[in-house]
Amino acid sequence: MHIPDGYLSPATAAVMYAAAAPFWYRATQKVKTMLSGRAVPLIALFAAFSFVIMMFNIPLPGGTTGHAVGAVLATIVLGPWAAILAVSVALVIQAFFFGDGGILAIGANVFNMAIAMSFVGFYLYRWLSGSAAITSSRRVLAAAMAAYIALNVAALLTAIELGIQPMLFRDGAGRPLYFPYGLEVAIPAMLLGHLTLAGAAEAVVTGLVVAWLQRANPEILEAYSGASTAARAVGLPRWAWLGLLALIVLTPMGLLAPGTAWGEWGREELEALGLGYIPAGFDQWSSLWSAPIPDYDIPALENPTLAYVASAVVGVALVWLIVLALGWLIERLTLRGATRTT
Amino acid sequence: MTWAGLVGLFKRAGAKSRLSDLTGALEQSLFAEEIARRKGLLQSLDPRVKLIGALAWLLAISWSQNLAGIAALYTLTLPLAAASRVPMTFYVKRVWALIPFFTGIIALPALFNVFSPGAPLVTLIDSTSPRVYLAITLPGVVTAAFLLLRVGTSVSIAVLLILTTRWTLLLKALRVLRVPQTFVLILGMTYRYIYVLLHAANNMFLARQSRIVGRVADAEQRRWLAASAGVLFAKSYALSDEVYLAMQSRGFRGEAQVMETLRWRGADWMWLAVFVGVAVAATWIGS
Repeated sequence: MHIPDGYLSPATAAVMYAAAAPFWYRATQKVKTMLSGRAVPLIALFAAFSFVIMMFNIPLPGGTTGHAVGAVLATIVLGPWAAILAVSVALVIQAFFFGDGGILAIGANVFNMAIAMSFVGFYLYRWLSGSAAITSSRRVLAAAMAAYIALNVAALLTAIELGIQPMLFRDGAGRPLYFPYGLEVAIPAMLLGHLTLAGAAEAVVTGLVVAWLQRANPEILEAYSGASTAARAVGLPRWAWLGLLALIVLTPMGLLAPGTAWGEWGREELEALGLGYIPAGFDQWSSLWSAPIPDYDIPALENPTLAYVASAVVGVALVWLIVLALGWLIERLTLRGATRTT
Repeated sequence: MTWAGLVGLFKRAGAKSRLSDLTGALEQSLFAEEIARRKGLLQSLDPRVKLIGALAWLLAISWSQNLAGIAALYTLTLPLAAASRVPMTFYVKRVWALIPFFTGIIALPALFNVFSPGAPLVTLIDSTSPRVYLAITLPGVVTAAFLLLRVGTSVSIAVLLILTTRWTLLLKALRVLRVPQTFVLILGMTYRYIYVLLHAANNMFLARQSRIVGRVADAEQRRWLAASAGVLFAKSYALSDEVYLAMQSRGFRGEAQVMETLRWRGADWMWLAVFVGVAVAATWIGS
């Protein structure tokens, strides 16, 4: 899921950095006040830990293996803000040392795997586990499900960021400049791998480690369990929740900004603007490639663009709806269980 | 080596030496810093110059809409690598040996008319009944080339930066980008403790390996791996407590202090101008 440099346009990379920046800022502030200096070694060790467990290849049913990201495990134990920092640190080191994920793409990768995954995982785990005891098996199931869904939300966001590239960024001849496949290819291709293998690995690792911690080290799970700490406001205030939702829904829209201009321009206008490039072979190229994109095609292309972005927004909204519905369902079930026992 | 490459190595290596192979490969790429200690051109420069230069080049690659311009930037990294005494086969192979397996697979379908309609270069299937048409198209080749060249050149620049710069110096350089000191401190500590945890994990694997004979059932393997991950986690949790106490006893009060030892020299300014100049030129040519 790590996006390398070269897949995203610089405009998208910049937007994703801008989207990640306030979370980084808030996380650094939050972690300072919450845990004082204690947080520094804790986050560092957890980042190192998530780095190392990515090497644990877990045998999965079906004869394959997979490895986990560990973001949901981090969020269950450290809370979402510290988890954002820990996973971001791991991503930065991966980008610099292994070329796994680009340096310009760090903003996008952090947004998908550190920010979205931490928050979705955290609140899902809280919802699904309700007020269950720290050592209940429901928490194991909640952790595994939260990991599975959070990973797929991250994969969906990645697919959207990649899939909008060919709609927004093409050269004068209409060839895609960056990631070449649209949303209709990127989303199924990403989700196919993550709904099956990667999601299973994340769920299995997260669930099993939480189960192990319940047996061997339950106090580690207590801080952010939401069970006995109902009064402690660890979660986001309502305004931040709405802001986060709005941001996630708006992200693909924001990315559209440089592209709308492209879509609205006719080819003649483009040429009139010159765009500063007329390389030696331009005439030859344009005579070869301007033909498939006559004038009337441009407005036609604008509609699918909007349709794709709309579908992307609907996709994200759907995932959130599922999350909300699951939370509601679990809450109902818990209430029913509680009334039955009393 | 990319992360995915390491994981691939992990999968290929036999059950016996999987993690120790991996530890070896990781240590080589993460901790050796052997090339960074050599006397060479890039090693002699201020890390801030290299960081800004690398970012400028990455942006130029990202902005450029000209294949030749991106290829020229890649070509320019070769004499830089040579002047920095980076083994050339290692430098070229480390990037290009793995790119085909990862980005190559993603770029492959774009070659064909299905995804990139346009004038055919090579027609592979052209049957009338049923109507099946498959051809490699010119726009497809251009799109795939852009993807491969952009990814390969970007990774090369990151590799060159990390090979010729010691991690501690690079962290200091991050301060010019206004990265918060706390974040830089965490990055530095993570780097150190990856090594510690990796060795702990390696020892667990070795201990287990020496106690088992034959094949282990998957479910059993899963349980063991989860327990190992749990143990490792508990270890790092306990270790972070100890590290915090050690930091406190050395005067840590939540604010990181770093000694500024970096100093700009004349050559640094010159090379900064060269790197940024090349990036601007490449962007201008490619726009």
